[in-house]
Amino acid sequence: MVTEKDVEHIGELADIGIDTSELAIFTGQFNAIVEYFDVLDRVHGDDAVARDLYNVMREDVVEPSLSQDEATRNAGAQEDGFIKAPRVM
Amino acid sequence: MIDADVVVGLEVHCQLDTKSKLFCGCSTDYRNDGPNTHVCPVCLGLPGTMPVLNRRAIEYAMRVAKALNCTVIPESEFSRKNYFYPDLDKAYQVTQYDKPLALGGYVGIEGDDGKERRIQLTRIHVEEDPGRLVHMGNAERGRYSLVDYNRAGIPLIEIVSEPEMRSPKEARKFLNKLRATLEYLGVFDPEKEGSLRVDANISLRGSERVEIKNITSYKGVERALTFEVTRQKNQLRRGLKVDRETRHYLEARGITQSARSKEQENDYRYFPEPDLRPLRVQSWVKDVKLPELPDARRERFVQQYGCSLNHARTLTGELKMANFFEAVVAGDGNGLCKLAATWIADTLAGELNYRSMGIDALDAKRFTGLLVLLKAGTITDKSGIEVMRVMLDERLKGETVETPEAIVSRLNLAKTTGDDAALLGAVHDVITENPKAVEDYKAGKNGALNFLVGQTMKKTRGRADPGELNRLMVEALKSAEQ
Amino acid sequence: MAVHTINFEPDDRYNAFLKVCAKPSHSEGKLAGIAVAVKDNISTQGIETTCASKILKGYVPPYDAHAVGLIKNAGAAIAGKTNMDEFGMGTSTENSAFGPTLNPCDTGRVPGGSSGGSAAAVAAGMVRMALGTDTGGSIRCPAAFSGIVGFKPTYGRVSRYGLIAYANSLETIGPMATNVSDVSLLMSVISGNDRKDTTSYDKPYAHTPSADIKGLRIGIPEEYFGKGVDPDVGTVVRRAIARLEELGAVTVPCSIPSMEYALAAYYVICTSEASSNLARFDGVRYGPAADTKKSWHAAYQDVRKQGFGPEVRRRIMLGTFALSSGYYGKYYAKAQVARENVRKDFTRLFSDVDVLCGPTMPTIAFKFGEKSDPLSMYLSDILTVPVNLAGIPAISVPCGKVQGMPVGLQVMGRPFEDERVIDVAYAYEQAVKP
Repeated sequence: MVTEKDVEHIGELADIGIDTSELAIFTGQFNAIVEYFDVLDRVHGDDAVARDLYNVMREDVVEPSLSQDEATRNAGAQEDGFIKAPRVM
Repeated sequence: MIDADVVVGLEVHCQLDTKSKLFCGCSTDYRNDGPNTHVCPVCLGLPGTMPVLNRRAIEYAMRVAKALNCTVIPESEFSRKNYFYPDLDKAYQVTQYDKPLALGGYVGIEGDDGKERRIQLTRIHVEEDPGRLVHMGNAERGRYSLVDYNRAGIPLIEIVSEPEMRSPKEARKFLNKLRATLEYLGVFDPEKEGSLRVDANISLRGSERVEIKNITSYKGVERALTFEVTRQKNQLRRGLKVDRETRHYLEARGITQSARSKEQENDYRYFPEPDLRPLRVQSWVKDVKLPELPDARRERFVQQYGCSLNHARTLTGELKMANFFEAVVAGDGNGLCKLAATWIADTLAGELNYRSMGIDALDAKRFTGLLVLLKAGTITDKSGIEVMRVMLDERLKGETVETPEAIVSRLNLAKTTGDDAALLGAVHDVITENPKAVEDYKAGKNGALNFLVGQTMKKTRGRADPGELNRLMVEALKSAEQ
Repeated sequence: MAVHTINFEPDDRYNAFLKVCAKPSHSEGKLAGIAVAVKDNISTQGIETTCASKILKGYVPPYDAHAVGLIKNAGAAIAGKTNMDEFGMGTSTENSAFGPTLNPCDTGRVPGGSSGGSAAAVAAGMVRMALGTDTGGSIRCPAAFSGIVGFKPTYGRVSRYGLIAYANSLETIGPMATNVSDVSLLMSVISGNDRKDTTSYDKPYAHTPSADIKGLRIGIPEEYFGKGVDPDVGTVVRRAIARLEELGAVTVPCSIPSMEYALAAYYVICTSEASSNLARFDGVRYGPAADTKKSWHAAYQDVRKQGFGPEVRRRIMLGTFALSSGYYGKYYAKAQVARENVRKDFTRLFSDVDVLCGPTMPTIAFKFGEKSDPLSMYLSDILTVPVNLAGIPAISVPCGKVQGMPVGLQVMGRPFEDERVIDVAYAYEQAVKP
């Protein structure tokens, strides 16, 4: 059973921004889906994923970068070639 | 009173010195260029891009694994470490989690008790560096951050030790040894700014473990840990308990500060990176060629050049210093080894440190020339230091560096001889200018002679041989008495 | 190489396109002058690419997806970017932030999803071919619902570089067209190894469809005609399979026991990967700007709450939950075991039969708003997701109608036997050709 508090916590982890007004409906849908997921409790077997490709790598060769303008053009705000971001301090 | 045993473990992140980034072809040579000039869709985390692993980064990490006696595991893989931070372009860091490249291994250090100790390693793994943040604004006008993604995607190797170091000093030695080893392996450039970052954990016996995050200098590790030992001991002395927490090291103030609780609640939700294939590189280990490593070179310096253990340790502690020493004494049968060891490990190292210069600022041939002058008795030790300083200052100012012979000649630094008129003149001047000291000497005060010799040394700017000068002074005082 | 332009002025009454390129240029080659529509989660240099999400409004990629580069080099003209469920999360194209696409067969019904715009553009004759993407059925479902051919290649056979990731381990780019030959032609252009996608294989597709299926062994999984599958759809599909038998194929009844939990495994894996893939949309490097005066978590929450639609937010939360401390073992790890079991089931079946056949979708296209609760929408993916879990090739080819709406026959094959899957669809198509 997923509680509203759980959903709130998950919303925080995902930085998804949940309003209190949405909590009940999200929690309800969540429970229906998670209940369906419980069929996985019946799964048994080996989780060793069979893979056939290993060690796919490139050589250490420098390739051209974007220009500063191309790199920052899609950003909401720039300043002296930097990309502007919210504060962290 | 609690006499607490200290237990320290380190997580060391070093930038691997590849030409291109870990997952894209952008150049790693970003330090002298403007922000966001070494980025492409991949390292900017643009939607739809995919990582392509740099083979050399893995080869370098394999070298480290072999040199540190780690066990490369049969199949390793990359995982995503999910968290939000503006310097993290994809909001996850591609790193290795439950299947790291290698496990175990150790780093040998000289313990505080003087004995060789092996600090066991937990694991080593490869991961990408995030970008770099600059904090802007102020409380009144609002704060914000500026991001430069040039550093994003630089390959890092993370080396995690067991909590086996017993003091901040041992932690420093561990770090120095690790740095030297990586430098010898040719996979790491310790001189590049920010190329090494350390997280430390420390606990006093029976107490909670404290993590110190993001120490960015070699000296900072010992300082941060020393601060923590004192802080934690004080806590315990006052009857308070030490909280299990994460603290940040504030380099400028030399203190640690509790991180806010929010940062400690991280749940990184690791899962395997679906865009990269696993690694099966265990079989590469046998083909990894290792160069001579610091311990072996130290032993060789003791054996081959007769260096003291301490000098050998200092000289081999940095690759360039060791190379410099060998260049200075190279193929030289003239017995410069001991002189070179002392002058490089003790004197030159200090002068360079004072000027924040690297040893490659000096030409080994010039230095050999200086040692030849010293060995031949052409100049005194004091003049030798002066010659060295002139050469370093000339280099620092970007001037042409003179030969030691030219400096000796220009500054008239050649050692004086007994019949040197200037020296005799100086002796007589000192006697005339210091009647009180002469009186004291006559009255049998021993210190007076030292004073008079010292004054003469000053006048001759250290050119005179102290023994010779002593003899001349005594003779002059004698004849003055008559 | 000579560069030409075509005029492309479609009457887009179905809202198939998010962006139309009116005078696209093109060069010479296999696809010379053919207008190809590109799903809006595939990056196009210089052309806005939004994934039908507000969070990417205004984002113009500085690079082309590998597949886009290939079709351009082959002479195709990029006709525009097609509508879709936001980030590929949906089965109806109702989850587009820019309004749903209508089904050209019945505008009261959905075109299927998530590549609904590409399907509608092809079905309505606006373009001859389109690129779609298929994570859990997103090419095959709209192909079935809109009455066209849609092919999901073997995982790794087409580079994903430039495909804006929803669930990396499951998804692929693939071709959509009105007929199997065009699907095959487009596949031959987009397949092959790409050094920028290290999960891609060096197995180019250079095949011309052949209608000869004599002696072909076809497995008929009982689950594809079982609970939840509209009996009328089942009847139409069985009739189509009978047609294949007439062409010399042999049918064998079989079962995929892991289907019991395949859908749950699929949703755990795709939401987990999505929760990580979509974390980068924080308003810093692209998309609507984050408020830089706020602290980062607060600013990100604003951007993501406003930028993502409800289904995307729901799936991000589900995935975050499935990966979170204390639940990873119960959900993500278990889903990987389930996925492995699905793969093993297919391997076992393919040791006996050459292909598997069944309906693509359990029903015909829904009416708008018919599937309002999320779980019921998820359940409609039951017949398409096993293919993505196993990474095998599958095609949907029109095979008749129910209530006047198209039904798709799904053909699934062994890994890297894309050619055989195409041949079976081609054989059917040629056999029923009027």
